[in-house]
Amino acid sequence: MRSVMSGNEAIARGIWEAGVKVAAAYPGTPSTEILENVSTYPDVYSEWSVNEKVALEVAIGASSTGARAVAAMKLVGLNAAADPLFNSSWIGVRGGLVVISADDPGRHSSQTEQDNKNYARFAMIPALEPSDSQECKDFLMLGLELSEELNCPVLMRTTTRTSHSKGLVELGERHEPDREIGIEKDLKYSLLPAFTRNRPKEMYERLARIRRRVETLPINRMEMGDTEVGIVACGAAYQYAREAFPGASFLKVGSPYPLPVKMAANFRSRVKTLIVVEESDAFLEEQLILAGIKVDHGQDLLPHWGELDPALVANLLTAAGIPGAAASLLAQPYAAQEGLPVRPPTLCPGCGHRGVFTVLSRLKLWVSGDIGCYTLGAMPPFNAMNSDICMGASISTAHGIQKALGEAAFEKKNRKISVIGDSTFFHSGITGLLNTIWNNGNSVIVILDNRTTGMTGGQDTPGTGKTLMGTVAPALDIAHLCRAMGVSRVEVVDPYDLKAVEVSVTAALDSGQPSVIVAQAPCVLEYKVRMSDAWVVDLEACTACKRCLRVGCTALSLLSPDEKGKQKVEIDPTLCIGCGVCAQMCKFNAIGPKVAEPARA
Amino acid sequence: MDTAYQEPMNLLLSGVGGQGVILASFLLSQVALEAGYDIKQSEVHGMAQRGGSVVSHLRFGHKVYAPLFTPGQADLLLSFEPLEALRYLHWLKKDGLLVYNTVRVNPSTVSSGAAEYPEGVEERIGRSFGRVVGLNAVAIAAQAGTARAANLVLLGAASPSLPFSREMWDAVLKRELASNVLEVNLKAFQLGRAAVEG
Ligand SMILES: Cc1ncc(C[n+]2csc(CCOP(=O)(O)OP(=O)(O)O)c2C)c(N)n1
Repeated sequence: MRSVMSGNEAIARGIWEAGVKVAAAYPGTPSTEILENVSTYPDVYSEWSVNEKVALEVAIGASSTGARAVAAMKLVGLNAAADPLFNSSWIGVRGGLVVISADDPGRHSSQTEQDNKNYARFAMIPALEPSDSQECKDFLMLGLELSEELNCPVLMRTTTRTSHSKGLVELGERHEPDREIGIEKDLKYSLLPAFTRNRPKEMYERLARIRRRVETLPINRMEMGDTEVGIVACGAAYQYAREAFPGASFLKVGSPYPLPVKMAANFRSRVKTLIVVEESDAFLEEQLILAGIKVDHGQDLLPHWGELDPALVANLLTAAGIPGAAASLLAQPYAAQEGLPVRPPTLCPGCGHRGVFTVLSRLKLWVSGDIGCYTLGAMPPFNAMNSDICMGASISTAHGIQKALGEAAFEKKNRKISVIGDSTFFHSGITGLLNTIWNNGNSVIVILDNRTTGMTGGQDTPGTGKTLMGTVAPALDIAHLCRAMGVSRVEVVDPYDLKAVEVSVTAALDSGQPSVIVAQAPCVLEYKVRMSDAWVVDLEACTACKRCLRVGCTALSLLSPDEKGKQKVEIDPTLCIGCGVCAQMCKFNAIGPKVAEPARA
Repeated sequence: MDTAYQEPMNLLLSGVGGQGVILASFLLSQVALEAGYDIKQSEVHGMAQRGGSVVSHLRFGHKVYAPLFTPGQADLLLSFEPLEALRYLHWLKKDGLLVYNTVRVNPSTVSSGAAEYPEGVEERIGRSFGRVVGLNAVAIAAQAGTARAANLVLLGAASPSLPFSREMWDAVLKRELASNVLEVNLKAFQLGRAAVEG
């Protein structure tokens, strides 16, 4: 049977079919749907872990019992999980272990872009990269087998296009490997120098075995066509190149690390011009050059970052005199229309984050931010976020700033505040807070507790009282936790109450003590919050001062100019959930709940 | 050499979050599948919130490689909003077809006064382009029973230009749509189709 699946759905299907017992992840675009889909297969234990390091360690533990295990994450997640990744390469596996890194060339939804195939080379393990949904499933399953055969974790790299685009996938049944699952006492799991004397040597020997093995993997293959041009490619770039040069010869690489260099040398000898078409780093190109294989073109012609596409490949290579591009891709398209208004992402109408940023914007504080929906606080009309670096950094960088400033940190002009979401706090904010308290920091930290991981589509957290598989769990109380960690000033505020937020923030800053303010309001999207009927603007009272627009709510919009040329405001009744934040901005009492028409007799 | 390779048909859907673009694209993919084609589909939607631009690429044919295509390659542009039609007009082939909904949805930048909705969008579309079908899909959907079925109206209006039979559409809509909304949606589809067939 065949089904249309996204790459992530296909990976989840592969996890099920390959008999995986444990799958763990922390959400992050473009990887999130992998575990969301795994959780629909009850045969596999799946969990949202609190962060990627933990998720990979959970998978390593599962693999050590002989069970098959997978950990999935977005590109930057693997930075957080780098420690267990390298060390798991040192210990090897029992049950197959695949680590999935979903990369994001072009930064569709990531703070940076990086080519995580590099991690495979660094950790001396194989990297597989599928180019469509069918391969997502097949490569995942092959990766588990290779992991067991070669005694090492296997990295599978996808990109936004392979993760999110859909294609046909052949479905199979689930086969659990026929073996005992149990605890094993084996010194290989203890990375003590006394036990690892031979390990580096063994790892180099293993790498040699891996290098031999990839030469015979069917996922690496030559597709010979016209031998004038030979293209080496992997992942989505292979599909783009295939379309751009339909007649050319291809070396389709399924294991970008290690590259099957013998096969590549053979390919080289059969084509006149050899071109490497790859997204992100010159990863295949460098391996070819290291192996002494002549590369005619690669990233001398193609960009070092961002995404490729068929037309880009066709045009850039044609401009360099490479023959054979599909004519239709070389045609000049119409010119794009200029100057159209954009539709930027915005906080949802009624979002609890809005109240906090309205206040922070008014107080003009220096805000160290973090990663989540609330990063939109950096955008107009708030412009109230001065840094967002990596998850958890809002708290620890603010502490560093304070220590660098010394006494000056207490001057009014240097007042600063950290803002972090609940899921981000659980991910890696807790350690930063502990550090601040231990080292006598005095940061003020606002934790935006919306009871979900909003940005990635609303996944549960340790605070929601539920797990990925839907079981009930203890719901962590953030205020209690902070008190237990030694924060003396902990307050819970209602972010819809602008006055209360302002008082709380100002008092915390004035106190000079480390403080946590928990702004508690459930995500309106995830919990389908509606507080009342839509509020309305009294056009008699509205003076067109536009102060309410400073809350940046899309339910508010300007009316056409009236006879005096004034643009008053209206509220879209289909969007407004009645949170009342805009009304608190109005100095003329022009905004309020709809008053019921008096019933007529 | 892949001599059998023929270029696939490229459909671009553009609209605003919450308009049902993704569902429309899914239904199209299912009909293409029903017709026996290979398909690939790729969606770009910003963060989860409503109101952002949504774009979906659907390609079908004997064999499809890339999941996306680029400006100048679309055979059909199906736009759920005039500004989103204008924004992606240059994605059409010279002989491509635009089917679009004429009802505006203001971007947040326009409602907040930071930008203006461009004047004369429909004229600009008509001026720069030959094969255009513009229709008030919301009003037509309301006739069918609910304004929310505007996406089905647009599919209906695009359907005569696609290589799928009425039976294939019927089979897919009946299979994929929930029974409580099926009738309204079928009607919306038919009204959309009738609007272009006259
Ligand atoms: C290391 C790492 N893992 C995952 C992500 C993806 N990511 C971005 S924001 C976010 C969570 C945001 O949730 P929360 O902090 O609760 O804020 P909200 O979006 O709900 O406002 C995640 C998981 C990331 N950017 N970095």
